[in-house]
Amino acid sequence: MAESHDRPPQPFTLRVRRYDPESGDAPYWDEHTIELEPHRSVLEAILQARDRFDGSIGIRCSCRQAICGSCGVRVNGEPALACHTHLDAAKRSAPDGVIEIEPMGNMPVIKDLIVDMDAVHWKKIQRVTPWLIGKQPVPEREYLVPRESMVDVTQTMACIQCGACVSDCLAMEVDPLFIGPAALAKAYRFVGDPRDDQHFERLNDLAQDPHGMFDCTHCFKCVDACPKDVNPMGQIMRLRRIATADHHIVDDNNGERHEAAFTGLIRDNGLLWEAELLPRSYGGNSWFGKFHPRAGKELLSSLPSIVKALLRGKVTPMGALKPHRIPKQDLASVRSIYDRIEGREERFELNLYIVGEDEEPTTEVPVAAGVVVDVLPDPPGPDAAPAAAADGGDEPADPTSPEGSPS
Amino acid sequence: MKVAYWPGCVSRGFTPELHGSMAKVAPLLDIELVELDRACCTGAGVIAEHNQELADTLNARTFALAQQVQGAEMMMNICSTCQGAQSECQERLDASASYRERVNGTLAAEGLSYEKGLTNKNFLWLLVEEIGLDELRSRVTRPLTNLKVGPFYGCYIVRPRRRLGIDEEHPRDQYLHQVIDALGGTVIEYAGMRKCCGFPIITMNKEASLKQAGRHLGDAVDAEADCLVTPCPLCHLNLDLQQPLAEGVVGRELEMPVLHLPQLVGLALGLEPKELGMSRHVVRPTSVIDWTTSVVGAAA
Repeated sequence: MAESHDRPPQPFTLRVRRYDPESGDAPYWDEHTIELEPHRSVLEAILQARDRFDGSIGIRCSCRQAICGSCGVRVNGEPALACHTHLDAAKRSAPDGVIEIEPMGNMPVIKDLIVDMDAVHWKKIQRVTPWLIGKQPVPEREYLVPRESMVDVTQTMACIQCGACVSDCLAMEVDPLFIGPAALAKAYRFVGDPRDDQHFERLNDLAQDPHGMFDCTHCFKCVDACPKDVNPMGQIMRLRRIATADHHIVDDNNGERHEAAFTGLIRDNGLLWEAELLPRSYGGNSWFGKFHPRAGKELLSSLPSIVKALLRGKVTPMGALKPHRIPKQDLASVRSIYDRIEGREERFELNLYIVGEDEEPTTEVPVAAGVVVDVLPDPPGPDAAPAAAADGGDEPADPTSPEGSPS
Repeated sequence: MKVAYWPGCVSRGFTPELHGSMAKVAPLLDIELVELDRACCTGAGVIAEHNQELADTLNARTFALAQQVQGAEMMMNICSTCQGAQSECQERLDASASYRERVNGTLAAEGLSYEKGLTNKNFLWLLVEEIGLDELRSRVTRPLTNLKVGPFYGCYIVRPRRRLGIDEEHPRDQYLHQVIDALGGTVIEYAGMRKCCGFPIITMNKEASLKQAGRHLGDAVDAEADCLVTPCPLCHLNLDLQQPLAEGVVGRELEMPVLHLPQLVGLALGLEPKELGMSRHVVRPTSVIDWTTSVVGAAA
């Protein structure tokens, strides 16, 4: 790192997307070449271009150290904090060597690189009641909560509201009403907080909303976009898990039914049975699900695809009516795994954010059997507590650590 | 090379042409497939959403079965979604010895045990990293000259980057580009090539799901691609099987053929479209078949 700090200033060319909606002119690209040391940030480059060449470039910034979340932009097509992206890294990721800077997506542009966070991001944050509704009666002194519960929610508390995840949310791209990753991660901050009194109400609200937690398309965009490792999609999956498994919320968006049908079909067959999954997701998780009016309606609306698939021989009637299964003995093993795990009193979840990774080095081992695998320390004895990983004994990862380059 | 081969569910269900074409292509690349026919579904992220330990244990069982295949160099899959779901479970299993111990405790009834450090690669990764682009190029007997191919990666094989080991040294999010190029085809870039096909929400928000598929297909049409290629059968379902419905949602005719990765490789290795199951697609890959015929005609 010290080496890169010693490198002398060098030229970097920026291609900045310019747009002033009030002017009535179409957006256009501007290029400026600035000189800075390679370890300096894209934000510093933009500010230099503004100071030296064009004072009208619109950029919002404040802290310049990845804390305030003001300078979210897209660098070479990817969401990033301008102040947290090194110029040399940005240049390397630019196909033609010119660092391309655009405003974030999914939000209207106010001017150049400044987007209207109020119109989208903050409105959605407000939507999830972003404050604690404390359990009653309020204790005379503080609420007492398990340490690991609070460590758990610090991951979502690390959010700096920069909007990078909102910018690139692929579900929001086609459904602007989707509550989105930042707000749903914020919702988990309270659903995961044992002091909050409204877990069911919050979850039910977000499950029943057609643009709520089940509208997430599981694309991992927000996971990579986040400069603070908040893992919004992971929080959304936990909202779903708690809503369906703990609160037994059956929503109107087929979220719970889809999960139950999928999980149930694998238990029954070991492999997915697509022809049953769709009707059961609409009509309920049983063989009779397909006869539910909701499933019938869905079947009718899908006829154009179904007819073509049958005509082309992609799907045969027998293939659709009969599941493919793994061998009987293996199916029995799979079912026994289901019974054992689902029969536990408490659902177990390994949260790497809380426990961190083991310190032993990762060694890639060929898959081949017969190869001596000798990378593990001696396994713990039979008395080792199986849930040791859950006790939060290790220090959590630093929630403010900007892991992964945002560029 | 010998691999423990996980074909996934959909390649044996609604996209049988994927499993079939992989079986045809493997010998041409000297890949010996030992099918993990005792293994169960990866859960595609949905079982993990329901119960993380259940998904991790079911996948650890598959990994343990793979580790029993004598002489296999690694495990290979042909489904981006399987790769993503398995990588997620493996990340947790490999991160914690005590968790592995717990999961292996459940598998012990069957005499199975997962040892940390399995190598599990999608066919796409195996092509580039194990076989190598030069070797692949040398085996091409029918270069895809003038065939304009749009890559469609699928989310699970390009994100999250850290978990999937994507970095400057391993640009796995560029591999489809590299393979199309090595096969002699022309890469067509378009806006949606690394976006979501919409399949995961097809039952929850059908309109948004089909809008995603329709937009990407439309972008590829506008970029004048002859066809798309994908390493993910679930993407194939939304892009091909659901294309007639996606056309209705985006209000335009699309008619964009979508090939599975082994089909595209098979074409370049000299196999015929029919052998590769291309007659079973909902959208007839007419442009690709016409191209094949014209190449054969020209050669004659």
